[in-house]
Amino acid sequence: MKDSTENLEIEFQHKIDQGYNIEPKDWMPEKYRKTHIRQISQHAHSEIVGMLPEGNWITRAPTLRRKVALLAKVQDEAGHGLYLYSATETLGISRDELIEQLHAGKAKYSSIFNYPTLTWADIGAIGWLVDGAAIINQVMLTRTSYGPYARAMVRICKEESFHQRQGYEIMLTLCNGTEVQKQMAQDALSRWWWPSLMMFGPTDAESTHTELSMKWKIKRKSNDELRQQFIDNTVPQAGILGITIPDKDLKWNEKTGHYDFGEIDWEEFWNVVKGNGPCNKQRLDARRSAYEKGAWVREAASQYAEKQRNKEFTEAN
Amino acid sequence: MQDKIYQYLLLTGDNAMILGHRLSELCGHGPSLETDIALTNISLDLFGQTRNYFQLAGALTTDNKSEDDIAFLRMAHDYRNVLLVEQPNKDFAHVIVRQFLFDSFHILLLKELTNSNDQQIAAIAQKSLKEVTYHLDFSSEWVKRLGAGTEESHQKMQDAIDFLYPYSGELLEETPIELEMKEMGIGADLPAMKTNYYNHIHQVLEEATLVPPETSWFQSGGKKGIHSEHLGFILAELQYMQRAYPNMNW
Repeated sequence: MKDSTENLEIEFQHKIDQGYNIEPKDWMPEKYRKTHIRQISQHAHSEIVGMLPEGNWITRAPTLRRKVALLAKVQDEAGHGLYLYSATETLGISRDELIEQLHAGKAKYSSIFNYPTLTWADIGAIGWLVDGAAIINQVMLTRTSYGPYARAMVRICKEESFHQRQGYEIMLTLCNGTEVQKQMAQDALSRWWWPSLMMFGPTDAESTHTELSMKWKIKRKSNDELRQQFIDNTVPQAGILGITIPDKDLKWNEKTGHYDFGEIDWEEFWNVVKGNGPCNKQRLDARRSAYEKGAWVREAASQYAEKQRNKEFTEAN
Repeated sequence: MQDKIYQYLLLTGDNAMILGHRLSELCGHGPSLETDIALTNISLDLFGQTRNYFQLAGALTTDNKSEDDIAFLRMAHDYRNVLLVEQPNKDFAHVIVRQFLFDSFHILLLKELTNSNDQQIAAIAQKSLKEVTYHLDFSSEWVKRLGAGTEESHQKMQDAIDFLYPYSGELLEETPIELEMKEMGIGADLPAMKTNYYNHIHQVLEEATLVPPETSWFQSGGKKGIHSEHLGFILAELQYMQRAYPNMNW
């Protein structure tokens, strides 16, 4: 028995090493399955919770064009949540169970969504920085070893890169606008910069999941590599906007070919992860409330569907 | 004449915008991901229609108003939407019944407007009709599902019908502008839609095991600019940016 599991594991690893995808019906180590359930569902929860901070500005968007774009963007996030929950379901867990884990505080989601959106410029900054950071991670995930996740990512990446351009365009419009608008843009960058860098997770030295994730090609680059890539991409973009990144240690390093940057406040990071961010409670409460208020609707829909099936069955006989 | 067409466009455009706004409040808070996505879709369609009407209306003004000037820079009494669409999202039953009462009217209106003498209005109606066919399908299905679902959902739906039904009459009330537009072959004949409208509604309600309230009294006022207390709060949010930061590009 032990031998056969070992053989399966060798075969499994061989498949990954050869660059083949693992599909739902393939044998996989239990830990691989669990790691994927954790990671894909975290990603799904992030999409759903991520609807809230941006949704906060839908009714106050400054023009009809911006309102429609923002509504469509938040709707895309719901769609991403839907594909990702479906991808997780291929690993043998239901959407209801996953949602329960979120509501019970057992499952995590991206901490960035525990920060508040205070002005319209935050909608620009989220698109530019938060979606920008997410894309770097997600482009890597289009080549992840688990087939359903990789395929969901291909589709999601296309939409995310559109969101990022849209966010940057909001920032550009503000920075080309009046002094008040430019200040609004600067304030948003100042508040969202550091939390965006934290989106890549702890440093490689601190990260507990990295090694196995690399072996199984769940991840292909480390947190620090991805973070550096984001900084290198983003600094020149801030230059074009003419606003300042709130890091006095940020400077180009000729030798490494990368930007050096200042120390991230890891205490803040862990605090928000543990539930003490400015909006952790509000976000979870909003999700729970929507779910609880919708319970009678879901119950009625399923009873109605059953009645219809019975009716069809009776008519057919 | 241009001013009258402008006024007529507000009557149709404001309904789409205010209902779109109410639905947009729900984005991220729906009872399931699927309904969240569907309601946002309807909201997006309605805002798209709003933009079409307001761009057309703006072109008729002497000071070249933009769609945003029209959407955001009027006083509450200058909005021409019916009271029905400003009613709040009390629960999902209210959302569905409000939508159903509106969609059932909207489809009849658009069918007529596709024959408008004004080619641009006819073109907008043609495009919107496809969208609203889906809206009506969605809301009718949910009326049936919730009406005939569980005891609890039935009761919530009946409560929503009892509350919202008296707001349906205003949809078919003919204001002087609508009468004039009808006579010129530009606008729709609202009183003529009444039988079809209520036949359809009563038929769907019957399938849903729901009953219309026994009332001969209908609320109205919105089309004349006399709104419910809700509109002021809707506008406080809707207009916030344009009022707080006037004359800027976004």
